Amino acid sequence: MKVIKLILRNIFRHKLRAALTILGIAIAVMSFGLLRTIIGAWYSNSDNAAPDRLVTRDAISFIFQLPLADRDQIKQIPGVKEVTFQSWFGGIYIDKNQFFPRLACDPETIFDIYPEYVVPTDQLDAFKKERDACVIGERLAKDYKLKIGDIMDINGDIYPGKWQFVVRGIYKGQKETTEETNMFFHWDYLNEQLLKTAPPRANKIGWYVVKIANPSDAARISEQIDGLFKNSDAETKTETEKAFAAGFVAMSSAIITGLQVVSYVIIGIIFLVLANTMLMSARERTREYAVLKTLGFTSKHLAGLIFGESIAIAVLGGILGIVLTFPVVSGFAVAMARFFSHISIELLTVVLAAIFALLVGIIAGIFPVIRSTKTTIVDGLRQIG
Amino acid sequence: MKIPLSYSFRNLWTRKLTTGMTVAGVGLVVFVFAAVLMLAAGLQRTLVATGSDDNAIVLRKSAESETLSSVSLDESDIIASQPEVSLGSDGKPILTKEVTTMINLQKKGASSNDLSNIMVRGVSPAGVMLRPQVKIVQGKMFTFGASEVIVSKQLIDGFEGVQLGGSIRFAGRSWNIVGLFDAGNTGFASEIWGDKDQIMQAFNRPTFSDVVFRLKDKDAFNSFKSKIETDPRLNELKVLREKEFYAGESETLASFIRILGLVVTIIFSFGAMIGAMITMYAAVANRTVEIGTLRALGFKRRSVLVAFLFESLFLALIGGGIGLAVASLLQLVTVSTTNFTTWSEISFSFALSPGIIIGTLVFATAMGIIGGFLPSVRASKLDIISALRSS
Repeated sequence: MKVIKLILRNIFRHKLRAALTILGIAIAVMSFGLLRTIIGAWYSNSDNAAPDRLVTRDAISFIFQLPLADRDQIKQIPGVKEVTFQSWFGGIYIDKNQFFPRLACDPETIFDIYPEYVVPTDQLDAFKKERDACVIGERLAKDYKLKIGDIMDINGDIYPGKWQFVVRGIYKGQKETTEETNMFFHWDYLNEQLLKTAPPRANKIGWYVVKIANPSDAARISEQIDGLFKNSDAETKTETEKAFAAGFVAMSSAIITGLQVVSYVIIGIIFLVLANTMLMSARERTREYAVLKTLGFTSKHLAGLIFGESIAIAVLGGILGIVLTFPVVSGFAVAMARFFSHISIELLTVVLAAIFALLVGIIAGIFPVIRSTKTTIVDGLRQIG
Repeated sequence: MKIPLSYSFRNLWTRKLTTGMTVAGVGLVVFVFAAVLMLAAGLQRTLVATGSDDNAIVLRKSAESETLSSVSLDESDIIASQPEVSLGSDGKPILTKEVTTMINLQKKGASSNDLSNIMVRGVSPAGVMLRPQVKIVQGKMFTFGASEVIVSKQLIDGFEGVQLGGSIRFAGRSWNIVGLFDAGNTGFASEIWGDKDQIMQAFNRPTFSDVVFRLKDKDAFNSFKSKIETDPRLNELKVLREKEFYAGESETLASFIRILGLVVTIIFSFGAMIGAMITMYAAVANRTVEIGTLRALGFKRRSVLVAFLFESLFLALIGGGIGLAVASLLQLVTVSTTNFTTWSEISFSFALSPGIIIGTLVFATAMGIIGGFLPSVRASKLDIISALRSS
């Protein structure tokens, strides 16, 4: 017990220095947590994917469309429960910085296949009935202060022209992590216009979403779907929703790698701050350590004192940092809500932050310990300031 | 009277290990700061270099990228007949009707799910003449009318299954790779080029993506612009200088990198400032007697303050210099990622500019001054008698 008391006393001998060091470590631990959480948010879409959904898209690239006629063929495959489709509409709402997915879909099946988007029954019925109706996520409704009956004007880019949609439903996410920034509207509405203005582009859809009865059939069914359209004008590529989402994440892999590297750089900074403090404290106490040695304390005792102090500071800083991470991440989540649908701190992040703080505490103690054990009593006593 | 600068500098030298650690901390932060700015600048520089001021590009009004744009055959013919389009020695307009589309290629060493969107550009014969930065370095130019393509030499190193003499399969056809081109540090360096007619046929595309032409003279751009705004046959289109257009494509991604990176480095910089503060407080505490002596010798409080501030400033500037020097090595590194505006792959290098060097040094200086200010104030406030008396 006495040893712990001595360690604590030592830490707070220089109150300002101790406070600064703890603060420094806390800031570093907090930024480590924030960075890891951002990286996690990037992957959260692919974590949200359902195992019983496959996505079929054009084999060459996502930007090409598939014929609507494929749908019935896919439906015939044994093990397929339902097939729906979506088209990426793009367009500009208010100005070009307002980004959220606008999707043309099949109103009859879309919400059966995505049960995580919960629409009240009366709203869903109203949506199905009206040609130019749309359903938006609750988050969008909040951000743009939209309510049922409001009109959304969108300027088309992929599909040129001025488009108007009436909000007929607002969906809620089933889970906290469900994306609430989508806008769904009738694909028929889009198609009718295309039949008039650009017939070659009509009767095409962006990608199919296939619900299968048994997730373990995913590989077989994927192969069968792609087999159907082999050597056709539009060959397909079918993969699980998770793989599909992961493909999008991989597009930004360079940025993610950068963030990962930076999150480890911060650990280097924690180390330097703490090691510096420990080194200074130990140097100032060279004489004191010599006195302790004269009194009969061995180098082991001194090592214990120094390591104890270093680890205690690291742990205090680490705890403060982890506590700080929570409000900072929720502030960040509010600011970046439009880019990341859901941001939450994983348990692993907290554990890693704690482990790194502890490791840094141990390593930062090594230098001063070596110094103190090497210094002889005589040299130590002779030391000035 | 002023305390000589060498006093501040030598003080750092006597405590090499502590100084070294503080310098390293500042260096790391400065390194990340500079790297982020260099990355964003590299992206912008690459896309700015892609376009030329002498060329104009015509796209659909609402299109932010070439892939999203469409220009009909009629519209493209009207554009080609305008007097603002410069004519070549053969009397034909120097104009290319282009079609851009994307294919998936697998990055080398990545899993088969990790696919990148590579831009495929179909050009007219004048397309190459309009872009003098694109040079064939190996093999030959593709033949118009054949299923042949030329690819950027950068793609050979970065992606599976791309090599001279080989072929790639897309749109139901096999395309022979007959030549490699070098497009320097431009967006074209991440592309595959072929004959526009072949590519349109293969992809079943009824329209072009955009039209690019050489402007006849300085006034041509403005007169063409007013024409497009008034001619009812062209009023679905917009015209931009080619350089302006490609520079615009870099905006979203570059500002994303900058915002994310700067938020991170500013948080980091608190860590480094605290490091500098701890070091400087310790320096003041260790030298209490010395400070008392200086004051007794007649040096003013302000001189002491300045001497300690300089010490902290040196600390930060040495760290900043080292961080910047290491960051400048990044110029040899090429990054390849997806541009959010076009959804296609773009590769670019880190780029250092005088602005970044100045910005980074200002940042380091600020860290030094802020970190050193409070300790320096403490040093200057010391009372002569008690400072001299302390052991």
